Amino acid sequence: MTQPSPMIEVTNLDKYYGTFHALKNIDLTVHQGEKVVICGPSGSGKSTLIRCFNGLEWHNSGRLVIDGIEVYKDAKEIRELRQEVGMVFQQFNLFPHLTVLENLMIGPMKVRKITKTQAEETARNYLDRVHIPEQADKYPAQLSGGQQQRVAIARSLCMETRIMLFDEPTSALDPEMINEVLDVMVELADTGMTMVVVTHEMGFARKVADTMVFMEAGQIVEISPPEQFFTNPSSERCRLFLNQILEH
Amino acid sequence: MTDLGISRGKGQSLPKPPFYKRFFGSVFVSVAIYAIIVGLIAYGSYVGAQGMGYNWQWYRVPQFLYRNTEIGFEWGEIPIGLVATIKLSVISFLLATAIGLLVALLRLSGLVIGTAVAVGFLELIRNIPLLVLLYLFYYVLGPIFGFDRYTASILTLAVFHSALISEILRAGINAVPTGQWEAAKSIGMTPYQTYRYIILPQSVRFMLPPMTGEVVHLIKSSAIVSVIAVAELTTFGRNIISDTYMSFEIWFTIALVYLVVTLILSIGVSYLEKKYAVDQ
Repeated sequence: MTQPSPMIEVTNLDKYYGTFHALKNIDLTVHQGEKVVICGPSGSGKSTLIRCFNGLEWHNSGRLVIDGIEVYKDAKEIRELRQEVGMVFQQFNLFPHLTVLENLMIGPMKVRKITKTQAEETARNYLDRVHIPEQADKYPAQLSGGQQQRVAIARSLCMETRIMLFDEPTSALDPEMINEVLDVMVELADTGMTMVVVTHEMGFARKVADTMVFMEAGQIVEISPPEQFFTNPSSERCRLFLNQILEH
Repeated sequence: MTDLGISRGKGQSLPKPPFYKRFFGSVFVSVAIYAIIVGLIAYGSYVGAQGMGYNWQWYRVPQFLYRNTEIGFEWGEIPIGLVATIKLSVISFLLATAIGLLVALLRLSGLVIGTAVAVGFLELIRNIPLLVLLYLFYYVLGPIFGFDRYTASILTLAVFHSALISEILRAGINAVPTGQWEAAKSIGMTPYQTYRYIILPQSVRFMLPPMTGEVVHLIKSSAIVSVIAVAELTTFGRNIISDTYMSFEIWFTIALVYLVVTLILSIGVSYLEKKYAVDQ
């Protein structure tokens, strides 16, 4: 890492759902411009962890500092933080009653309070970036899954985010649409965006990741650079997992 | 008739449904049966009225709809009453929706006190008969707070229907997937902005059918304010009857007027629903 200013600092983080220990003693640092890919079996706490990063879930103990803002339940700064931290969901979660363009404009207009003309300009600009400028006036239901997910990425980018979180962005897609979304994410990575991606797309991970994280049962089992992660992981459990998902 | 359309080969026709199904399923037979039943009911009431020596005077009814006098055309009591009923219903409905939204949001707020207040209100209102509620507002709260019978009627109808409306609103809000909340949160929207721009516009689709039912219900229950002599359709009907003794004709007419209004409303809303469905 040449630029060591940390964007996300997680120290000793624990989270419980009732008595269920969902995240156990998590330590993780993500620097500016770094791409982190988190993988692991389902139920291992990957999604929960990144949902903590923009306050969709709250940790119970430990420290979480994002871009210099300490995150905790009911923190006043949380809405400002969310404007800086974009989130792309597995189920896209586009606003079905708004057109693609309106989906992109509503955040900047209502939250950042910028003018309509300016919001539209930004929106069209980002629609170009995700390669679907011609879909601007359609409703989300009229688009394919891959297109919807690219709109969702553009919607986050329109907020001029500094960190992008991806929660299994391609898991709900038909196989032939996965690549169009991954391509957009690779292009985004090339712009120097800080990204934390929960995914099982190992091809994407190899191409983009600076750091690989393997989680199991609420714990981070392995953090290593991709060269080491894919060829010589230090933990047996991680090796088994990789065998399983890389086999076919 | 379980035809999955898989096992059957080309050219094979479906087995004929049994005779009774074909017979009762045909349009002609259905219409005929309908006409016979309606005819029997009409004939039954006619004969019954005849039996008690009722003197039908339908020719006297139109004057209560409209009159052509020396000074020109004028509406009769029934249309004037109808307008009063609609006005009463619209005001009550708007107020009921406002109260209902407040109660629904309280209940959804997640605050213990908010939920307690909302549930207390709902249980209280739902378990008091409408007529008793009207008497409470008119004879008890009216004198205490100094409002007249018209205000008492509006408050009664609004409060009574706000309970059901709040449940409709709550169900509509809950029908919007949680992903929508998360997406709105993740772009930094406040709860107010989320409701205003994301949740409520989507809930309308879920709320429209039960809300129509509730408006129809409200128009019908507005007739109860005639017991405290507030000027509206049913009150005017009672007044006409006490002048003319034509109870059968007038009550039939009043019932028909309510029916026409609520039918027009239902048809209008089902048109709206279709329009909304296309827009999505």
